[in-house]
Amino acid sequence: MSVTLESQVGTPWKKPPFIQNSTIRWGLLIIATVYFFMALGSMDVNWERVYFGLERGRRFVAAFLHPDFGSRASDIKEGMMESVIMTVTSTVVGITISIPIALGAARNIAPLPVYLVCRFIISISRALNEIIVAILFVAIFGFGPLAGFLTLSFATIGFLAKLLAEEIEDMNKVQAEAVKATGSSWLQWINFGVQPQIMPRLIGLSIYRLDINFRESAVLGLVGAGGIGATLNTAFDRYEFDTVAAILLIIIVVVMILEYLSGIIRARVQ
Amino acid sequence: MPINDKNGVKVWQVRDRNSQLIRWAMWMAAGIIFYVSWMKISDQTTWFFVYDAPRIAADIGGRAFPPRWSYISQLGKPIWDTLNIATLGTFFALCMAVPIAFLAARNTTPSKLFIRPIALLIIVSTRSINSLIWALLLVSIIGPGVFAGMVAISIRSIGFCAKLLYEAIEEIDENQVEAITATGATRWQTMVFGIVPQILPAFAGIAVFRWDINIRESTVLGLVGAGGIGLQLQSSLNTLAWPQVSLILAVILVAVVIGEWVSAKVRGAII
Repeated sequence: MSVTLESQVGTPWKKPPFIQNSTIRWGLLIIATVYFFMALGSMDVNWERVYFGLERGRRFVAAFLHPDFGSRASDIKEGMMESVIMTVTSTVVGITISIPIALGAARNIAPLPVYLVCRFIISISRALNEIIVAILFVAIFGFGPLAGFLTLSFATIGFLAKLLAEEIEDMNKVQAEAVKATGSSWLQWINFGVQPQIMPRLIGLSIYRLDINFRESAVLGLVGAGGIGATLNTAFDRYEFDTVAAILLIIIVVVMILEYLSGIIRARVQ
Repeated sequence: MPINDKNGVKVWQVRDRNSQLIRWAMWMAAGIIFYVSWMKISDQTTWFFVYDAPRIAADIGGRAFPPRWSYISQLGKPIWDTLNIATLGTFFALCMAVPIAFLAARNTTPSKLFIRPIALLIIVSTRSINSLIWALLLVSIIGPGVFAGMVAISIRSIGFCAKLLYEAIEEIDENQVEAITATGATRWQTMVFGIVPQILPAFAGIAVFRWDINIRESTVLGLVGAGGIGLQLQSSLNTLAWPQVSLILAVILVAVVIGEWVSAKVRGAII
């Protein structure tokens, strides 16, 4: 910088730009603006339809003030039970399967071939959207909560195994080595050297995943995989916004309770 | 330390008797809950279909392969729509998430008693409802199309972005803010020069992260009529055109992988 102090005196300070190179800065800005307007242009909005829809939107918002839990109570209860059941079972099974996969996907524990296989399983599970997996499972296993249960278990594996494997890779080597030095078997080494270190994280992640699985189970019904989604879809199709509002309120409340509980439990284990 | 006396030999245990009993009871309860839940699922399953599943899966796999490559010429527009839904959705979500995050953060909110709870309510309610449900709702309000998908994605993203952002705002270094205030800066100047530079890296990270998630989510919005490549997926599924389905799935997979790669690169460059 060949800027002398004298030339700077009297000129006000200016914030340094986020990207130093001015060509790149302006280039990115122009590209972003052009893209923005192109994308906006490709979105043909039927404003007349939107205008008519606003009335329905107002009715929907108004429905939240008087949600109708009563007239479809049995359907809502059944769908809700199914969602909860799917959430519980799939979380348990997903965690059980993802622990060995997480051990296999940690480079400091597993040999290279096992590592590659486990990482491959994880990336497959993460790349596929739950809904798409659910569609395939429904086609294969038929309608019902079993397809939803399998979908959520499959999705849990990718999520939990990846984060757990990262935690295992970051663990304190010294403790594990100390256990090994006592002449422990491999299983004892995992049980007393590795497991205590990752346990708080495992509990936190499991609770978090329970929360996610519940939220996902609410939409799986749209493709026929069981849960409250089917009831919700029917209510939408009939424009019964009071029932829709009731279901959405239940979902929000359950998610809030789960989040609150997970906050307490995570604070306790850490 | 809990020690068990076995024939005069002291054996070390991890837990004493009572805590061990409590643990067993908890495992037992969890086991029973799981068993009951599983039986409910089992009751509602037609097991004949499940036993038949390997054959069906092989059958579908056989039909789906090889993908109909010529169909790809019709996927250009849908994938462009999908990208637009994700990008514009993220953009508008961020426009709304930033003010909400500032209203929700404990150290910047104008009123802890009135405004903060409202902001938190917006965050929780937009976050806990899946974007597919938002899309369903918006399709029934403003009609099917890309616009409904874009609005659904942006509403769903508000809560997510605002939550992460307000946590970042609450964790800022107060000393810097105080230093700016000490120069006699106004409230807005403090915000721009004291708070914003500190949360900018977090903001960029959140934006790219959410964009990546939105790419994944916008691929399925078409299933409920909200535009994007999901529409093609839905119509191919309805006509049982499995070779097209496998091609669409491959395209989605490629899009997701590219999205993840781009977001990882950008995050690496910023942070």
